[in-house]
Amino acid sequence: MHRDELRRRAAEHRLHLEGFAHHLLVCSSLGCAHNDALITALRRSVAERGMESRVLIRKTGCMGLCALGPLVAVQPEGWLYQHVRPEDADVVVASLGQQPSEQLLVPPDLPFFARQHKNVLALSGRIDPESLDDYLAAGGYAGLFAALDMRPAEVIRRIQESGLRGRGGAGYPTGLKWATVAKARGARKYIICNADEGDPGAFMDRSILESTPHAVLEGMIIAAYAVGACQGYIYVRAEYPLAVHRLKLAIRQAERHNLLGHAICGLNLDLAIQIRLGAGAFVCGEETALIESVEGRRGIPRPRPPYPAEKGLWGYPTLINNVETYANVGPIIDRGSRWFAALGTEASKGTKVFALTGKIVHTGLIEVPMGTTLREIVFDIGGGIPDGHGFKAVQTGGPSGGCIPAEHLDAPVSYESLSELGSIMGSGGMIVMDDTSSMIDIVKYFIEFCMDESCGKCIPCRVGTAQIHRLLTAFQERTATEADLAQLEMLCDLVKNTSLCGLGQSAPNPVLSTLRYFRQEYLDRISESRQPEDRP
Amino acid sequence: MSEPILTLVVDGLQVSGLASETILKVARENDIAIPTLCWLEGLSSLGACRLCMVEIEGSPKLHPACVTPIQEGMVVATRSERLHRYRKAIVELLFSERNHICAVCVANGHCELQDLAVQLGVDHIRFPGRSPQLAVDASHARFVLDHNRCVLCMRCVRVCGEIEGAHTWDVKNRGIRSLIVADFETPWGLSETCTGCGKCVQVCPTGALFEKGRPVAETHKKRPFLPYLMANRAREHR
Repeated sequence: MHRDELRRRAAEHRLHLEGFAHHLLVCSSLGCAHNDALITALRRSVAERGMESRVLIRKTGCMGLCALGPLVAVQPEGWLYQHVRPEDADVVVASLGQQPSEQLLVPPDLPFFARQHKNVLALSGRIDPESLDDYLAAGGYAGLFAALDMRPAEVIRRIQESGLRGRGGAGYPTGLKWATVAKARGARKYIICNADEGDPGAFMDRSILESTPHAVLEGMIIAAYAVGACQGYIYVRAEYPLAVHRLKLAIRQAERHNLLGHAICGLNLDLAIQIRLGAGAFVCGEETALIESVEGRRGIPRPRPPYPAEKGLWGYPTLINNVETYANVGPIIDRGSRWFAALGTEASKGTKVFALTGKIVHTGLIEVPMGTTLREIVFDIGGGIPDGHGFKAVQTGGPSGGCIPAEHLDAPVSYESLSELGSIMGSGGMIVMDDTSSMIDIVKYFIEFCMDESCGKCIPCRVGTAQIHRLLTAFQERTATEADLAQLEMLCDLVKNTSLCGLGQSAPNPVLSTLRYFRQEYLDRISESRQPEDRP
Repeated sequence: MSEPILTLVVDGLQVSGLASETILKVARENDIAIPTLCWLEGLSSLGACRLCMVEIEGSPKLHPACVTPIQEGMVVATRSERLHRYRKAIVELLFSERNHICAVCVANGHCELQDLAVQLGVDHIRFPGRSPQLAVDASHARFVLDHNRCVLCMRCVRVCGEIEGAHTWDVKNRGIRSLIVADFETPWGLSETCTGCGKCVQVCPTGALFEKGRPVAETHKKRPFLPYLMANRAREHR
């Protein structure tokens, strides 16, 4: 279909949606249980009252506040109902056009929603992820339509001017990466979407894929146009069945409507996108290991350089970006780089999605402008620590990140400030710990994770993480000595500086950051193990 | 088309090389010794053992010499207190990983791991041995695979895939549980792809792969066969 046909289709669907007096939006993401039963109950209740022509029940993606799920949003009233069970269907439907049900209503001024700034998640929880028409009607693919009027170099310039940086963790400037791939010489070029989200406690990418799969496709099509690629792959882990299902559906819809395939929108642009399922190895999130895995080999990192931009998939120039990065592309092209660059800090532009988990009242998915302080995220949006406990630390960046203590809560969230604090932005996992958490236990958990997930190629990561794990076990069991502490620091330095890929280079970060901020906890374990010897 | 020739400084010595050559190749040509373990002339470079890491002026990171191409004006240091410290620790980590008991090893005195330890002055191992209980595969008529002495350098995997073209060897599991396996984890003697050529045995740096019937300390490996073979093949190809 050509662009004007798709625009007409969007307008028609908007009219169809506006024909209903009330919309009931029900979260249908993986995290909200029993939502199928809930939707059936709502349908029955609406039918019993003969309101089918006035009430539209729509499945949507994640609304963010998983702690209060399943959530039901009532539009255009703007009510949000929490913990809705199938039994509550009658209460929900009866309230339509009347007063909201007080017992189910989420307070409308809840800081969780008021303090967020949704860009990537703007449509998440508002449209049916399985409907292309819904996405089009909400203004989707406008970025692509605009991009197709520009020359590829202009698209890249817009991305560069926006200041967008890779959302997978390392924060490499996206525009620069695109420009490199566009410049690279090759008989063909590939683009890859890295959806191998593996950090414990992180579900940003899963949620984006489950809620707005077309936004990711849109970003990929724009990227392919900009760099000159004609084949794309989405590498997604098999543990995300709903995301895979919705991606497949979205790809089929896009193909059917000529947004993918040959002569996209009737123009001289070809792109095929295929899904590659990962078997769940954490190291396959590392771009060169991911490429090996797509090629059908063991997921093992290659030394860089050469970078994938120069020699990637099957030796051809390859653009590889993360899910959230691609999801940012459409809005940047549609709304302009200046709009995007106005959000965030000097060097970290735009917004960032975080998965808030751990000892926090409002667990869920949030999106805030870069530069928001950790305190605002934990205490305002997150609602603070439950059960009257005190805040101890927040862990960002998963197993590659560090633990940030209370004295740094006022640090703004940006690539630079988090790295100064010994942590990393990472892909957006944020695990909050209260005063009952032992840092040694947490660090040992993360090192165990890295030890298990190390590919085994290079010696420092393969054996070094195992030896660090042994030392941490000694600290946990209070049998550690001062020599063990020195050896722990020596090994962390070795693994950090000599490992081949990012997994090994960042694996000691949890240990190093806790040695920096919670050293006393390590020392306490030493002195206690020394006590028996000190006795006469 | 002629390849550009670049000049660089390695350990204070001015040297030159082709643009496609690595720091390791140029250094060796100029008699500058850089310790290596996974690297072997004639096989693809892996960059896995991290022993050949060098310092490059202007870069805060360390770079593996075996896979880093030279650049014009590059200033490389292959020796420093820091590099020595790391190399030593890496060799110690290897010794702690499995059961490397030289006194009872067929490769004693002819072992690259042992040589590295001597070169780097490793006189004791600071890390407790993990002492795993690993199997010995003696199912092959002529050769033995002893996992306890394997350092996972992947030379056997590469020589079998790249030179012999059989791809009998590969790795199962990952991380500290990695193990070399024949075919889809069959006993070596039952492998359908193994041609029995013995190249893997010759390239193995330790006593992990050895010929049957050799007493302790009597396994000599003929590693230079590989460049010889490669040169002959190149000549035939021409």
